[in-house]
Amino acid sequence: MKTTILMLILLLVLPLPVLAQTAQPTPDDPVTNKRAVQLAEQLRCLVCQNQSLADSHAELAVDLRRQIREQIAQGKSDSAVVDFMVERYGEFVLYRPPMRTATWLLWFGPPLLLVLGIVLLLRYVRTRRTRIEQGPLSDAEQRAAQSLLVGDEGKQR
Amino acid sequence: MTRYLIPFALFVALVVFLGIGLGLNPREVPSPLIGKPAPAFQLAQLQRPELTFTQKDMQGKVWLLNVWASWCVSCREEHPLLLELAKHNVVTIQGLNYKDKRDDALAWLKQFGDPYNLSISDSNGRVGIDYGVYGVPETFVIDKMGVIRYKHIGPVTPQALKDKILPLVRQLQQS
Repeated sequence: MKTTILMLILLLVLPLPVLAQTAQPTPDDPVTNKRAVQLAEQLRCLVCQNQSLADSHAELAVDLRRQIREQIAQGKSDSAVVDFMVERYGEFVLYRPPMRTATWLLWFGPPLLLVLGIVLLLRYVRTRRTRIEQGPLSDAEQRAAQSLLVGDEGKQR
Repeated sequence: MTRYLIPFALFVALVVFLGIGLGLNPREVPSPLIGKPAPAFQLAQLQRPELTFTQKDMQGKVWLLNVWASWCVSCREEHPLLLELAKHNVVTIQGLNYKDKRDDALAWLKQFGDPYNLSISDSNGRVGIDYGVYGVPETFVIDKMGVIRYKHIGPVTPQALKDKILPLVRQLQQS
């Protein structure tokens, strides 16, 4: 009995090595690898435009990642690699657009909106406070209000 | 009254902007290569791999460079139009067979017809990268000086051909 159970357990364990995946080919140099990944994260994949080159599985992204690695291996600087991409695909590939007159609104628009929102909020809070500070009604106002309310009630009934 | 008018005006402006945004095609990214010399290449010809072809061979002529592949479904869409264009002998069309297998490419041309003066094999896609290709098919108009004048992304439509490509080709041929 014991041996049968043992055999069954062994049989269960047997297919486990099949699940082990072959290791991904590791790039020779961890520094190159890190730089390549960092660059790929800054660049947009044009095939699936909401993904970076690092995230995308599109064939073009694979090719471009290979290009990045090759150029780093050739000793090119990060900005030279980025320039290479911009020359071919335009500034659209940059997730961080360059600061130029045409992109000022893009860069400063959101902070401007934030400042505008804060200013409007402060103004609102201030007017509200003065309204509260006016205090309770005087006797004459109280009476006038009362008569209005009663009069209204009388009409409705 | 202005209390309501200002938010309403802002809302209308927002709707207008969003409406414009809806009408844009995000896949059409303006190519930075327009107005620049066509990137240099020297590749083996598809039909006769022992021969090469370079962009310099077309110096002095206006020509189209059409990027295609047998695996590209929308290439079939524009193919009849290219065949028609080739028949009229208006402009030379060179094919850039992008990331394809030679046998597949030849079979494809046999099946659907060959509008190209010749095709070149860019089997690893490197020339495609130099030309900023990101969605096959793409069509470049290159002038006599070897400068890229126009790029059409996606299948060439009869309208694009009539309104954009052919007028430009004629104009460039005369200059």
